[in-house]
Amino acid sequence: MLTFAKAKLAVLGIIRQCVALRALNGAQAVRRGFASTERDEKSSTSENELFDIIISGGGMVGTAMACSLGLDPNLAGKKILLLEAGHKKEMDKVPETYSTRVSSISPGSAALLSGTDLCSFLNFLSVWDACSDALITFDKENLQDKMAYIVENDVIVAALTKQLQTLSDHVEVQYRTKVVKYTWPHPYHVSESIPWVQVTLANGKTLHTKLLIGADGPNSMVRREAGIPTVKWNYNQSAVVAVLHLSEPTENNVAWQRFLPTGPIAMLPLSDTESSLVWSTSHQHAEELLQLDEESFVDAINSAFWSNENHSELVETAGSLFRTALSVLMPDSGSAHQLPPSVAGIGPKSRVMFPLGMGHATEYIRHRVAIIGDAAHRVHPLAGQGANLGFGDVAYLTKVLSQAAFNGKDLGAMQHLLEFETERQRHNLPMMAAVDLMKRLYSTNAAPLVLLRTFGLQATNTLPPFKEQIMAYASK
Amino acid sequence: MYSKKLARLAFGVLAESTFKCPLTRSVSSRVNAARSLCSWTLCLHHRQKNQLSEGLTRLNVRTVSQTTVDPAEVRKFQAMASKWWDLQGDFAALHSMNDLRVPFIRDNLLNMHGIRQLGKPLAGLRILDVGCGGGVLSEPLGRLGTDVLGIDPVEDSVRTAELHSSYDPDLRERVRYQACTLEELAEEEAEGFHAVVASEVVEHLADLDAFASCCQQVLKPGGSLFITTINKTNLSYVFGIVAAEQLLRIVPSGTHDWEKFISPEDLERLLESFGFYVEAIRGMMYNPLTGAWSWQQNTAINYALHAIKCKEEPQPGQVWAESENLDKPGRATNYS
Repeated sequence: MLTFAKAKLAVLGIIRQCVALRALNGAQAVRRGFASTERDEKSSTSENELFDIIISGGGMVGTAMACSLGLDPNLAGKKILLLEAGHKKEMDKVPETYSTRVSSISPGSAALLSGTDLCSFLNFLSVWDACSDALITFDKENLQDKMAYIVENDVIVAALTKQLQTLSDHVEVQYRTKVVKYTWPHPYHVSESIPWVQVTLANGKTLHTKLLIGADGPNSMVRREAGIPTVKWNYNQSAVVAVLHLSEPTENNVAWQRFLPTGPIAMLPLSDTESSLVWSTSHQHAEELLQLDEESFVDAINSAFWSNENHSELVETAGSLFRTALSVLMPDSGSAHQLPPSVAGIGPKSRVMFPLGMGHATEYIRHRVAIIGDAAHRVHPLAGQGANLGFGDVAYLTKVLSQAAFNGKDLGAMQHLLEFETERQRHNLPMMAAVDLMKRLYSTNAAPLVLLRTFGLQATNTLPPFKEQIMAYASK
Repeated sequence: MYSKKLARLAFGVLAESTFKCPLTRSVSSRVNAARSLCSWTLCLHHRQKNQLSEGLTRLNVRTVSQTTVDPAEVRKFQAMASKWWDLQGDFAALHSMNDLRVPFIRDNLLNMHGIRQLGKPLAGLRILDVGCGGGVLSEPLGRLGTDVLGIDPVEDSVRTAELHSSYDPDLRERVRYQACTLEELAEEEAEGFHAVVASEVVEHLADLDAFASCCQQVLKPGGSLFITTINKTNLSYVFGIVAAEQLLRIVPSGTHDWEKFISPEDLERLLESFGFYVEAIRGMMYNPLTGAWSWQQNTAINYALHAIKCKEEPQPGQVWAESENLDKPGRATNYS
């Protein structure tokens, strides 16, 4: 665990499926018109094509789901299929350069992924406001417990793929496979109709399955075709990600996030000398940042972390008064103010941007269908929770399906799927609401709100039990 | 206490008699309706008021089912037969009872036989599902790896069951159905099954002796008999008949006949007289608000019973020679 060998870039939270999957969404619109006329609607179920579970989407969450189901003893002997539109991600050894997309993995998710090669850990999380001096640090007293791991998305997928190969007797993976159409069964048994979900592929084949799991990202086709209403909005923000070279090597186990009025900027540790940048800002500013040459970009980053131009006098005075008051009431509170590292350069072939938004499916399930990961919920990266919510879905759905199989139930039956939906919505919704609230709260320069959040942040910083609760919830 | 006994006696008397009184009028007419209506029953001909002897049953079973079946009843069955798999319909309570009875059967069989295979914990075992109806219980047992034979005298139910399981290749191989009676089967399949399941069936039979004897015949020695049924108490009358059938309509009206309920003690005594050893009795409770079943200590209304067919008793003359067989292996008994 202490190997800093190859830590990868962090894109906080949002799991982006690989580029090819985004191409899927474009391609399917063209293909759907052809596919439905070509397909013979009366295809009968042949033994070869009836699967117990089909997972649509082979990103981090989809592949993790396939692995998790494949390893479960109660599901031994069930036929599981993973459909992925992109290439197989294989990695014999971890590459030298980091790619830009990473996630922060909580200990709960790490437990799920414990077969994989996780590296670089997080011990401290330091978050502060650009408009005042309010600061909050989360740290683990006991250095044995890690707060989070920063791992490259590709590494996670490659490690899971390798794991899947050992399960190839009952878990099958089809790469370069696009789905063009889903046909849903009647909710109750109607004679002369096939009671399974039918998945029509671009190559013309039709597969049947007792349970379809949609893990196909924020623009999920499964969710759309099932007609599940989604609450979503765009943040009018894009995130810029890059790999940063630090000016001097340091014991890099702190994640820094500063809330600027345009959006939070975060630096996540990858190794002693490198960190990952996630800078959420307006579309325009993001494009400008991409256009800048390397030196100006580095300057922009440094000034974002260090400059005090957003401080107003009122807020500064109020803030320092409040801090004095707190230190009188609770003398031992407040940890020492560590300083973020400064940046010297950026890695090659990095610097991408992608739009941010929030999305939540009102239902995670239908008869014989379940959606997990970004297909069900999409959050702002500011709390590093997107991947973890997805892995939480994987863990709970596996548990529910395992118990159902041990009770001899039909895997696509609503009863246990409802249990999954209820439990995960109960967990995910508060988290998403909190992240959205934080984003809105910190998006403004207005003095009253700045004062509010300043006092709030400082007060929270002095309450270790409260901070522990927050960390515990986020680590699940 | 005395009033309870009196009340029970009174119910018994009044139900049989033509003496109508306001309290029991609706009951007795429903009792008569129950006698002529069969919803999920084991043997149609057992519904006759005449107790047929075993021999008579065997001889006449085909003629009886052909001549005594009331076309009106068959039509009622046909109407019900398609509703087996409507999860929100008349049989909803039976579907949710699977949450209790499948783990009950599975865990007791696992205790006796151990896990056969990962993913199919009961692989290799043969189970007879008596009164399988539409296959509500047969299918989960089949998914757990057992070879299930489901029997039911109502052909339409059997056909519904076959149709429903035909789409799933796993079930098609492992779950078979037959429209016949237990007596017919007992002749062919002596000692052929590891377990017999008679869930919600015993309360629809008139001749429990015949039933117990047939179960004893078809089970292997040491095989398990699983029964779920309703107790014969005042509470079961209030909840099982009045509330469930008439007020809340959890089951269709006229499904059950309180006279045919049997208490766990009586059932245990009966089974023991046929060479069974009752290993467990547990109470079950249905919550009409949530539609879910749960285990409870009290067996006053519904209960589940697990009995094991005793292995052969050694003859008195052979007691010494065979005493080692009876003990656990590796432990010699000193009889001197």
